[in-house]
Amino acid sequence: MPIDIDKDVCIGAGQCALAAPHVFTQDDEGFSTLLTDPETGAADPMARVAAKACPVGAITVTAPSD
Amino acid sequence: MPDPTTTTPRPTEPVAFPQDRTCPYHPPTGYDPLRTDRPLSRVTLYDGRPVWLVTGHALARDLLADPRLSSDRTRDGFPATTPRFAAVRNRRTALLGVDDPEHRTQRRMMVPSFTLKRAAALRPRIQGIVDELLDAMIAQGPPAELVGAFALPVPSMVICELLGVPYADHEFFEEQSRRLLRGPDVADTLDARERLEGYLGDLIDRKQKEPGEGVLDDLVRQRMAEGEVDRAEAVALAIILLVAGHETTANMISLGTYTLLQHPERLAELRADPALLPAAVEELMRLLSIADGLLRMATEDIEAAGTTIRAGDGVIFSTSVINRDQDVYAEPDALDFHRPARHHVSFGFGIHQCLGQNLARAELEIALGALLRRLPGLALAAPPQEIPFKPGDTIQGMLELPVTW
Repeated sequence: MPIDIDKDVCIGAGQCALAAPHVFTQDDEGFSTLLTDPETGAADPMARVAAKACPVGAITVTAPSD
Repeated sequence: MPDPTTTTPRPTEPVAFPQDRTCPYHPPTGYDPLRTDRPLSRVTLYDGRPVWLVTGHALARDLLADPRLSSDRTRDGFPATTPRFAAVRNRRTALLGVDDPEHRTQRRMMVPSFTLKRAAALRPRIQGIVDELLDAMIAQGPPAELVGAFALPVPSMVICELLGVPYADHEFFEEQSRRLLRGPDVADTLDARERLEGYLGDLIDRKQKEPGEGVLDDLVRQRMAEGEVDRAEAVALAIILLVAGHETTANMISLGTYTLLQHPERLAELRADPALLPAAVEELMRLLSIADGLLRMATEDIEAAGTTIRAGDGVIFSTSVINRDQDVYAEPDALDFHRPARHHVSFGFGIHQCLGQNLARAELEIALGALLRRLPGLALAAPPQEIPFKPGDTIQGMLELPVTW
């Protein structure tokens, strides 16, 4: 997957949804979840900013430029 | 100059930590040697103990996410920055003072109440509280004392509504929080802790009989009823949420206002373009770094910055120094709403990153935005250097903020 969210690691800080609000949101439990399909999300330059902002490294963005 | 490749404690005279700030929004000038000795220094605590102080941004992010650094303050040898903290560190605590898996369970219980969506849903109510307080302040002034009239009651009212704590009791719990965080001596701190435990224990007992609508009511109804959380854990969670929920934000409002008034060009820029508010709040959080000293203890040897942090060593993160790492922030001492301030560590990093950060951002944007909009002539009502602020061994902020308009 071009974007992987490790929900076992996610602490629900919301940094991803704050940094890339068109790509990530928080579900009702607070966990990070995608608003788009992974390919569209990974193409948003803010997806990588969100991955860097995640305090627990729960988000990996590997496409499309990798 | 210290040799960065040394593998033993550095030979320079260790700097004392914490120290009082000279200017309330800048790190103490006594930390200047630490700012040129990044990313890791030795400092000495009040009891003479040497510990590591993390001062580099990249190293801080690595180490704050490193499970070999424990937050369990009941561990033998866990560092204390004040006698107050040493006195209460063995009391039952929650979230920021415990490790996984206990932390993870507690965090997951609390996160649904503190998401971005929940913070966004609270915005109209926060706006209502802010408007009411400003109406009252404007009706009585000028002048006004902004900490008592605005900076403290805004987050205090918000966290009361969110948790389900009666705001009628605010003088009691604000006083105990003050004594807990900066009381005159250890006995005072312990007494405050006991009073808070007693008060919140009684509140939880009442909620078991008559649950209401708050986060603590949900905790009682959903978690205590199922046996997932016992009374002592519920009380520990309630203390953290209540104290962290009002003290930190109150300090950001008071010190943020003071800082903006000391930067008239930035203030004018913000008034002219309110869309800058979220960036201004983020930058103020970076610059002010009000919780300056996150405590950890190494549970294993850790190789870092060309040296070895030994198991048992105390490790402290100076957020004020980390957030001014010039490798990350150009002209780090300047207030600049256009810099990417996002990766500051004022909310911490790793599994303990602030649970209430989205609520804090919402409160700060609404409170500072309304204050600037409604009081276009806002100014300090005393010479800035005479306005008292908090000592270095607690959360930073203004003790008083006399203002006029």
